[in-house]
Amino acid sequence: MSSSLRVNPIACEAHGLCAELLPERVSLDDWGYPIVDGEPISHELEQHARRAAAACPTLALLLAKSTRR
Amino acid sequence: MSAAAVVDGPTAATPSAPRRPRLLAGLRSDRPVPLEKHLRLHGPRGQLDLIAEVEASGLRGRGGGGYPTGRKLQAVAAQRGRPVVVVNGTEAEPVSGKDKLLLRHLPHLVLDGAVAAAAAVGAREAIVVLDRHAATERAIIERAIETRSRRRLDGKVALRLAVSPGGFVSGEETAVVQLLNGRPAKPAFKPPLPFERGVGGAPTLVQNVETLAHVSLIGRHGARWFREIGTEDEPGSALMTVSGSVRRPGVYEIPYGTPLDSLVAEAGGWSSEPQAYLLGGYFGAWIPAARADGLLLSESSLRRQGASLGAGALVALPEHACGLVESARVARYLASESAGQCGPCVYGLDAIAGALEQLARPSRDGVPQPRLRRWLDQVQGRGACRHPDGTARFVDSALEAFSGELELHLRGRCSGRGQPVLPLGGYAR
Repeated sequence: MSSSLRVNPIACEAHGLCAELLPERVSLDDWGYPIVDGEPISHELEQHARRAAAACPTLALLLAKSTRR
Repeated sequence: MSAAAVVDGPTAATPSAPRRPRLLAGLRSDRPVPLEKHLRLHGPRGQLDLIAEVEASGLRGRGGGGYPTGRKLQAVAAQRGRPVVVVNGTEAEPVSGKDKLLLRHLPHLVLDGAVAAAAAVGAREAIVVLDRHAATERAIIERAIETRSRRRLDGKVALRLAVSPGGFVSGEETAVVQLLNGRPAKPAFKPPLPFERGVGGAPTLVQNVETLAHVSLIGRHGARWFREIGTEDEPGSALMTVSGSVRRPGVYEIPYGTPLDSLVAEAGGWSSEPQAYLLGGYFGAWIPAARADGLLLSESSLRRQGASLGAGALVALPEHACGLVESARVARYLASESAGQCGPCVYGLDAIAGALEQLARPSRDGVPQPRLRRWLDQVQGRGACRHPDGTARFVDSALEAFSGELELHLRGRCSGRGQPVLPLGGYAR
């Protein structure tokens, strides 16, 4: 079972830590808010993704069990 | 049935003779259809297996989302706990007036549908949510609820009215649920969806007013009857709010697949030749008149033009208007209607509206098109609701439909004359 990233845009306050900790999968838009895709997180990145989600000051970065295959 | 009747669209309208309408049967322009007349017209509430019939009918939600109604009913009924039904009558779309028309003139048709849906999913409560600015509709629905409760018409289902503060995003279904849970009427992050956890934590069926009016007739006449008109893939009839450069703006009932030209003829023909059509309201898309030849009013036909029916709004933009100026005003309105919760919506829509406003001003200076394109891309899918997506789609279609006008603006000219025509805000505020 793989995981994927989601942002809760209501909770997000554009601190930007996620893009620092997981630049492979998080980019920032013109206003500093994170852009993620729903693609599965690879095994190699799983640990980093978990750390990025835990580091978010507003807990807006969600690492969820992917609904995709 | 090629169409139906007009009473009051978003703009003034004159009544026209109905020709075998379904929802709008018995409509009169001076007062709501009373309960007795409504029951004489349509018969008592049906005994059919409502969920199965609605499922087989192919009915889809008429609030703009287009989700299959039968599937939603099933999903709510399958949840644990006693469900709640919410009648979404907020209709915040400025160029749509069809739900207000139903609420004002055919309250019992809507309430019948709400009660039938409630009974089918096992709910004991159906809550009608109306905009606080909709004073007439509120008075009529309140009276209709009183009449029904006095007559004990609705068995175990109790109807009640709730009032929304209004605003463009307040009609989004999680915003309606938030309101009923005592919070500001703003969209929520999902999951949970209302069918899982909604009003008071109960599984909640949120349905648009027109959808429930159809449900009430499907409960009486069945799926086969519903499918007698419309197309195979898109059965039944739909209400269309027609405004702009037609002689009789208002609300018309058409079978899906009706040619655009027939609807326009029904609305009295052109008051002046249009240059473009806005389909689906302010989350919708512009289609230039040159590309509208032979256009059919069905999702499958409109999809090929990058448009959709949405909640059933059609605006014909007169030749004397500037499409860029009109679109920039709407973009600014939509930016200002953001619930203010999500960064990409707050900052993105403001930036997009600003860029479009700049393009709407004739000027030989450089214009920020690449940036605007990037922003339109960036905001999509980035809000708790579809407000950024709908706005981006609208602006994107404006850039394409009015590319000729854009060229003109870059040479310092504008073809617009007179006052802007698109309304901003559903009620006077």
